[in-house]
Amino acid sequence: MSRFEPWSEERTLEIVAEHATLEGPLMVILHALQHAFGHVPKEAIPVLARELNLSRAEVHGVVTFYHDFRPELPGKHVLKLCRAEACQSMGCENLVERAESKLGVSCGNTSADGRVTLEAVYCLGLCATAPSAMIDGRVVGRLDAGRLDAIIKETQA
Amino acid sequence: MTLRIFIPRDAAAVSVGADEVASLISAAARKAGADVQVVRNGSRGMLWLEPLVEIERDGIRYGYGPVNPADVPALIKAGLLEGKLAAEIKSPLSIGVVDDHPYMKRQTRLTFARCGITDPVSLSDYRDHDGYKGLERALGMKPIEIVDEVAKSGLRGRGGAGFPTGIKWKTVHDTPMGQQKYIVCNADEGDSGTFADRMIMEGDPFLLIEGMTIAGIAVGATRGYIYLRSEYPHAQKALNAAIAAARKAGYLGPNVSGSGHAFELEVRMGAGAYVCGEETSLLESLEGRRGLVRAKPPLPAHKGLFGQPTVINNVLSLCAVPYIMAEGAKAYADYGMGRSRGTMPIQLAGNLKFGGLFETAFGITLGELVDAIGGGTLSGRPVKAVQVGGPLGAYFPRKLFDTPFDYEAFAARDGLIGHAGVVVFDDTAQMAKMARFAFDFCSVESCGKCTPCRIGSTRGRETMDKVMAGQNVEKNLAVIEDLCNTMKFGSLCALGGFTPYPVTSALTHFPEDFGRPAKKLAEAAE
Repeated sequence: MSRFEPWSEERTLEIVAEHATLEGPLMVILHALQHAFGHVPKEAIPVLARELNLSRAEVHGVVTFYHDFRPELPGKHVLKLCRAEACQSMGCENLVERAESKLGVSCGNTSADGRVTLEAVYCLGLCATAPSAMIDGRVVGRLDAGRLDAIIKETQA
Repeated sequence: MTLRIFIPRDAAAVSVGADEVASLISAAARKAGADVQVVRNGSRGMLWLEPLVEIERDGIRYGYGPVNPADVPALIKAGLLEGKLAAEIKSPLSIGVVDDHPYMKRQTRLTFARCGITDPVSLSDYRDHDGYKGLERALGMKPIEIVDEVAKSGLRGRGGAGFPTGIKWKTVHDTPMGQQKYIVCNADEGDSGTFADRMIMEGDPFLLIEGMTIAGIAVGATRGYIYLRSEYPHAQKALNAAIAAARKAGYLGPNVSGSGHAFELEVRMGAGAYVCGEETSLLESLEGRRGLVRAKPPLPAHKGLFGQPTVINNVLSLCAVPYIMAEGAKAYADYGMGRSRGTMPIQLAGNLKFGGLFETAFGITLGELVDAIGGGTLSGRPVKAVQVGGPLGAYFPRKLFDTPFDYEAFAARDGLIGHAGVVVFDDTAQMAKMARFAFDFCSVESCGKCTPCRIGSTRGRETMDKVMAGQNVEKNLAVIEDLCNTMKFGSLCALGGFTPYPVTSALTHFPEDFGRPAKKLAEAAE
């Protein structure tokens, strides 16, 4: 069972209506869609364009500009590893390599069994407790090989 | 009497186990039937001590840290919950009176005065600790007098550009009334090595709300937006809780504190684009578009959000305002050096023993920050380079450690203080790799609007690959220098314009990492 609801036009229209009175609502709506569906499916784009009186190109342009909006469903777990300078100074690149080899997947992809999406993130603002990570929205600081292995084990349970 | 125990809710503390520690202590208190209240405060900023557990005795706070979940049983056994005198609770983790810790003693906390002390989402706590005094005074003044006060304080934009805040406000104040004006807070703190915005939003969110409310009243803006990066979910929660509480108490809404001024505030989330920290890109994003940088002019002060006059300030700039209004411009301007007035919340990060938030008057040297306060590297190896000001900041070698923390002094040495993030690297860092990373980051995050940034960053990364492979090193380094020149002077915004800072500083100060002969000692000593 996915933790997200399947995409439907009806639900998309509901979400649009909830935010219709905001100034500049598109980003808020996209976040809400991703929250509900786990991604922003391409089927949603013409619906948003019609409802917000934008061109499909404009909506597509916004969806694809931002790293956060996913075109496809993520894995069961999402593991983000910070690769910015402060984490680099504390050896995050070794941990990225370790995660990639343990999960058999490179950053930006989902493991073949659909369990884990591994992503790079550029700064979680935890730069004095580096290296840092985020697993399913939970922040992890002072990451080392042992803590990383424990997180990976959690995702395999 | 209820014992108060403080365990931070700050994301950095949570990332190292503060939530588990809090629930273990709460459970132990329930089991023992002890009269204990666990307060989830902000962080004090001594991040190597997180999770820092504090107990209060006669109004004095005593600390223990870092407390891992495994340390909790021993602390409880030592009598943490029994109301003993702090001196009688024997623990190797004891740091004594928190306010007397040398790291705290050496600071001048104006902006972060309350952070870590209060319950961040308690409005009554905020008011009991001098909160809303700035607004109170502002409400007794004419809008132009508020603008003048901020101008006189010498406050400059804390986001990085260092533009005088008072001039921005004056420009928006002087646009015709009767039209919608906006206050936008730039909380897209994307620079690696920076976390002051996050800490203050999580640890004292009412301060930002108060600062924005004062800005609104000063320039005649009735709506405000906080553009917050999506990587900061804890800050989002804290801000929304504080906004709801402020609204309920009449500090936000159609009639702020009965003054007749209206001010409404909303948090909007970014979506992982670094370039949206650039103010015009941020405005585009707030409007629901791709975060493409706008050409200036027109300035946001004239045509900003939805084409309306807009004050756009960094979190720390707005958070400095309540102090300036409550204590007066002079009290703030008395701190600092040269044209850098007041205090700067400096963030010590990366490979450092004592990383954390250190707010101090401008003028402290880089060497003091890294060695005396930061304690040198956590790895114990020699410091090789320090990057100041985020991914677009220059790498400084030890021989420039006498540089004082000041906008102009850093600029004179081809660097910038930016948002005051200080990231320390030990001698295992390879500076050619860091230069390549700067180009690579820029190429991924470039909005694509201007050619020098979009193309220059990609060519730069490719050329660095050749340099690192030892191909025609001198010829390729000449290309790098040329690209940097083009990007610096031809880019539309600071992303492309400042990417040359890390690259050329690495090349200048660490030529041997690029396959060039190391500088002669005499030359290096200059």
